Amino acid sequence: MAESDIQVKEQRVGIDGRPVLLRIENLRVWFELRRFGFGIAGHVRAVDGVSFDLHKGEAVAVVGESGCGKSSLMRTILGLYLPTEGYVEFDGQKISEMGRRGLRWYRSQVGYVQQDPYGALPPFMSVQRILDEPLIINGVSNKEERAARIRKVLEEVKMHPVEDFLPKFPHMLSGGQQQRVVIARAMIMEPKLIVADEPVSMLDASVRVEILKLLRGLQESHNLSFIYITHDLSTVKYFSERIFVMYAGNLVEKGPIGSILKNPLHPYTFALMAATSDPDARNAETYKEVPPGEPPSLVKPPAGCRFHPRCARMIAGKCDVEIPPEFEPEPNHQVQCWLYQ
Amino acid sequence: MATNREKLLRVEDLVLHFRTTVGTVQAVDGINFDLDYNRAVVILGESGCGKSSLAKAILRLLPRNVGAYSGKVYLGGSDVMALSDEEFRQNVRWVGISMVPQAAMNSLNPVIRVGDQVAEPAIIHMGVKKDEALKLARQMFEHVGVPDDFLVRYPFELSGGMRQRAAIAMALVTAPNLIILDEPTSALDLLTQANIFNVLKRIKKELGTSFILITHDISTSSELADEVAVMYAGQIVETGEAKDFFPAPLHPYAQMLMASVPRLRSDQDPEFITGQPPSLINLPPSCRFAPRCPKRHDKCEQDPPIIEKDGRKVKCWLYA
Repeated sequence: MAESDIQVKEQRVGIDGRPVLLRIENLRVWFELRRFGFGIAGHVRAVDGVSFDLHKGEAVAVVGESGCGKSSLMRTILGLYLPTEGYVEFDGQKISEMGRRGLRWYRSQVGYVQQDPYGALPPFMSVQRILDEPLIINGVSNKEERAARIRKVLEEVKMHPVEDFLPKFPHMLSGGQQQRVVIARAMIMEPKLIVADEPVSMLDASVRVEILKLLRGLQESHNLSFIYITHDLSTVKYFSERIFVMYAGNLVEKGPIGSILKNPLHPYTFALMAATSDPDARNAETYKEVPPGEPPSLVKPPAGCRFHPRCARMIAGKCDVEIPPEFEPEPNHQVQCWLYQ
Repeated sequence: MATNREKLLRVEDLVLHFRTTVGTVQAVDGINFDLDYNRAVVILGESGCGKSSLAKAILRLLPRNVGAYSGKVYLGGSDVMALSDEEFRQNVRWVGISMVPQAAMNSLNPVIRVGDQVAEPAIIHMGVKKDEALKLARQMFEHVGVPDDFLVRYPFELSGGMRQRAAIAMALVTAPNLIILDEPTSALDLLTQANIFNVLKRIKKELGTSFILITHDISTSSELADEVAVMYAGQIVETGEAKDFFPAPLHPYAQMLMASVPRLRSDQDPEFITGQPPSLINLPPSCRFAPRCPKRHDKCEQDPPIIEKDGRKVKCWLYA
């Protein structure tokens, strides 16, 4: 696309010399709550001031509980929601300014791996048709070329022999195979970015690792950028270079995987790690430390730091009044917490 | 035998097969295990291995297409399989064994107050008056950590974690000795999950309840387990104490299952099990794991016996 070629010149370069593929700047996604009849009763602040850069070929994990806004963030990146404020920039181009044709191109550049493979695949279409459709929509009119690309992508997701799977319908496949088809569909337009929303949470324990390794392999061999959305901290280190921890619409901690897992700074990250179990019989003898309460309402989030009502290290008069800015106590490791002022 | 009689639960040769148009599904195929008072056993297995059917077989919650249903289930020494359906309903369900089914938090009645729902089993199975039952429900809410003003709320007013606690309170209200938990935390968030396990641990300590925990999540299962039973294709392939099992499982399937667990606190790379679990229809006479087993040999053509090794039981020829 000519449009994108022009943009390449003004591309920003990331910290380690890799160009930035996706830039998210002060993104807010708010949903209106309507009062009966007319008027607005308030907003659900699903994403509230999120900024980050994603470099070419980089894999990041967004970790958070349900209701923290990670799905809204993902949908905005996919271009399904419009930002209330701020922007999403892909290859130097804001997606809100792309227009219809630009968005079509953008969607071919971004693959989406859904959480529930059975729900994501149309039950009345064979594997062949499922994979054919994105190609037809994106104007690959040559039938042989389409068949060749389908074969190639199915081999990449290790569905051998390809002929056996082409005529099958989703219900004839196991959960792991269904997820492979979903991944193949996300890969077939040769995107630059893959967004995976809890890609293994619906799968059996023994298949999970297989799918994670497959995704990791594809990411490395195609030099893909990858956003892995999950609540399971134990899988992120096999997958990503950086972690973003999300709580109540904010990214409260961002940093390289090694430094976050070794030295979590934000009390919420700490709580998430403490709550993650490894298989160990000694677990049964102790209670886990869990912060009291539940994630706050996103309509009226607490003043100051949004985690302060649950935080054991809350500084009265500070955390409950002022919103913490981003501090950088370690290089490339940012945290929104007054403890690191 | 005398010591066995005193066990809370003893399951012998339990079989539950389903008739389908394509053949007989051998969902539970000769299960033996026992469980003592104030102990928790975890039944681990992949989906489709028959672990939920095992729970249903113990509680006699059967669908219509039952093909074979046999074996013995002793509860506190008496054979409950010999009871008629009505006797079983009156004397075993809720009173002796209660169950928190899968996704229990979504199966609360939306138009009945939570407190009334939690109190109901006590009214029906213990014959207490309604205000007495509500008092019990209030106590149980305290045990599971739900504020007692939630008694008069409706399920939609509660978060997922709170509803799950209410479902556990309901299982507790009749003071059974045994609670069967089917995937109690699989739909919950990480912190809520940790909270629920804290609640279960506290109940076990304070009320002396025993648990059968059915799950595929090996990591969190270790939070409650005293004993572990690994199920594969309708059979238990290994049982043992949690402290022996988690560091070093014996059965090749259990070993591979353990190796597939991603861990937060170790750098060990997880492995995966190739192949798929067999369909439970037309199972071969050989060891059921043999087609996927890296350690299979000629003997695996025959069904392996259950072998005792250092107080652990494993169904594998490697230990014969």
